[in-house]
Amino acid sequence: MSTFQIDFGEQKSPVVGIDLGTTNSLVAVMGATGQPEIIPGPDGSKIVPSVVSVSPTGEVLVGAAARDALLTSPERTVYSAKRLMGRGHADVQDELALFPFHIAEGSESVIRLRLGDRVFTPPQVAAEILRHLKENAEVYLGQEITQAVITVPAYFNDAQRQATKDAGRIAGLEVLRLVNEPTAAALAYGLDKRNEGVVAVYDFGGGTFDISILKLHDGIFEVLATHGDTHLGGDDIDNLLIHIALEDISSEWGEDVSGNQEAVQLLRRAVIRAKEELSFLPSASIDLEYKGKAYRREFPRDVFERLIAPVVERTLGPCRECLKDSGVPVEDIAEVVMVGGSTRIPLVRKAVETLFKARPHTELNPDEVVALGAAVQAGILSGDVEDTLLLDVTPLSLGIEIMGGVVSKLIHRNSTIPASATEQFTTGVDGQRNVLIHVVQGERELVKDCRSLARFDLKDLDPVPAGMARVEVRFLIDANGILNVTARDVRTGKEQSVDVKPSYGLDDQQVEAMIRESYERAEEDFRERQIREARVEADAILAATEKAKADDAWYDLSADERQAIDRAVNELLVVYNAEDHILILDHIERVNQATGKLAETMMNTAVRGALKGTKIDDLG
Amino acid sequence: MAVTSLSQDYFSFFGLPRKLSLDLTDLQARFYALSREFHPDRFARAAASEQQHALDATALLNDGYRVLRDPLKRAEYLLSQEGFDIGEQRSKDVPPELLEEVFELNMLLEEMPDRTELEQARAKFHQMQSGTDAELESLFQKYDSSGDRNVLQNIRGVLNRRRYIQNLVRDVEKALA
Repeated sequence: MSTFQIDFGEQKSPVVGIDLGTTNSLVAVMGATGQPEIIPGPDGSKIVPSVVSVSPTGEVLVGAAARDALLTSPERTVYSAKRLMGRGHADVQDELALFPFHIAEGSESVIRLRLGDRVFTPPQVAAEILRHLKENAEVYLGQEITQAVITVPAYFNDAQRQATKDAGRIAGLEVLRLVNEPTAAALAYGLDKRNEGVVAVYDFGGGTFDISILKLHDGIFEVLATHGDTHLGGDDIDNLLIHIALEDISSEWGEDVSGNQEAVQLLRRAVIRAKEELSFLPSASIDLEYKGKAYRREFPRDVFERLIAPVVERTLGPCRECLKDSGVPVEDIAEVVMVGGSTRIPLVRKAVETLFKARPHTELNPDEVVALGAAVQAGILSGDVEDTLLLDVTPLSLGIEIMGGVVSKLIHRNSTIPASATEQFTTGVDGQRNVLIHVVQGERELVKDCRSLARFDLKDLDPVPAGMARVEVRFLIDANGILNVTARDVRTGKEQSVDVKPSYGLDDQQVEAMIRESYERAEEDFRERQIREARVEADAILAATEKAKADDAWYDLSADERQAIDRAVNELLVVYNAEDHILILDHIERVNQATGKLAETMMNTAVRGALKGTKIDDLG
Repeated sequence: MAVTSLSQDYFSFFGLPRKLSLDLTDLQARFYALSREFHPDRFARAAASEQQHALDATALLNDGYRVLRDPLKRAEYLLSQEGFDIGEQRSKDVPPELLEEVFELNMLLEEMPDRTELEQARAKFHQMQSGTDAELESLFQKYDSSGDRNVLQNIRGVLNRRRYIQNLVRDVEKALA
């Protein structure tokens, strides 16, 4: 049994950068040459599909293995779970129509997904992917990894960011920073070039769209404005094509297969293949063979482009808004950096070029550039990358509910973060002991049109006449884009306790429980693996002993010696199914000892035979 | 980095005199230099107290930069620091010299205006905006050289008018959209 313990002493282990994508995830690190590099998995592949599956035996599969399980056991498998991060049940009704998510009971404020007999929240699904990437990095680097930078869509709100941070904690990673995906891409592009000027980053991924405009100046990457849509991506294009194909199939085969998960997943693969081919071929076909029936439809590129034009158009609105917010005239945009797999589509490139009047940059692999940038940011945080500094913004305005369900904005969108605002609150009733503050995110005037973020309860106020209490509340958005709230009694100057009830997502206790659960599960998994390995070893020694009993050497042993071996073998067979690897290993050792002489005799005979053979060969 | 208590005054945090006119290029250079000094990224592996200080200092820096780089916010900030009341409610009182404009715009908006009329109105308000901006600039210089509180009183009036014109522009844009 070879277990190993790594002890780094005081030496700091590297900080990795992780792109936790809707479709694919990657991990990268700053290499010895000062350039970021993607860390491949044991199979050599850099990309880990963001798919998680639970096998019938309860084993969690991640990546390519889980993607294969999408076909065989779709009811135990989840993909594109990033779309559910930090969202409530009511938010995702649209998604549920398009994605085969299996929602479990009790999903009002946090969605729970059923995978086989287990239930996962979206952060737990993400944690499985993160843990997989962490292990890949540990194997590749030969070091334990405990700290990471994780990227998020720039337009992610507070709850979505918090959910991502929770995922890191559950996976056993200290998340040193959440970095916005387009900003990370700019870092990856700008590191060696030392550009000056204004650039736009157009990030069209599997499930999210972001646009950011940055000013580059002497190693400082200052985000001027960002905009986006957290539910717009290549998935939407896939769904359009799937929808058409399903209708075709329904009329051609006289059979509606839209409820058949296996058929839909096969079709999804066929559609994605056709979509990808259309990026470099004038025409491609969607081919599906299912249960002896075949469907085929040829898509010329112009038909495809007409079909997806509305999706591409939906990205341009945020681009125009972002330009306006940045205050930069479009002529001043020197370059547009293209990020995300969907930017391979020629129509997308054309639309971006037309809008920004600048040639899109596509030198770096659009699938890898975000992870590379995350590694650069990891290098900045660990001190390995000097002189480069990222100044990012908050994508959404932060406000509080005031009378009449109206929002009073405290921190405006596109404010450089960290950013803060201070507000004084008082009581409306004599002797009132607490004040409830409702915080929302969004640009609209009314609370009902914004995203509820959390309710903060200022508790245990001194009972004073109405209007006499003075509580100063400080709202601070940190460098991760996550809100922190502190409160102080102005009259006494003492810190005021704040009880936070997040509107969506997990509270601290739930996250703690999930971390504990993941430890326990890891221990359980480890124990199971040890037992399995002990049994494999037992199988090997039992087989070898059985074989040896046919050898001449067996008859050279005394009756006592043979009896001792039989007894040891029988005892090993008795404990073989015990859930105790130490017991099994102990009995393996006994068989080992009992068969020591037998093995020696056999070895000598074999060596003699081999030597004899050699001599004859030599002579020959 | 020494964990010191942070000066809450934006001007002194940026090492600037309390003046209303300032050089934006110089302000940006100071902002970048201070960002390099204080940003939380530089203290990601430091002790918790240092991380907290970096966070507080950078929030103050960013809040300050947002205020100082915008002439209107900068002026409002200095006015409030000098004890002038600039609450939200003040902007609800229509400045007397704008009464006529407000009246005209409301009439126009009520009678289903065509685009040309709206665009003309917008052009007019933009012009008024430029006018007040120029007025403010000269008042800023006057205050910077004299330190006269009466000038601040004047600035307060012009700021009020400027904000009101801004509302008019917003209303027209909304109608145009």
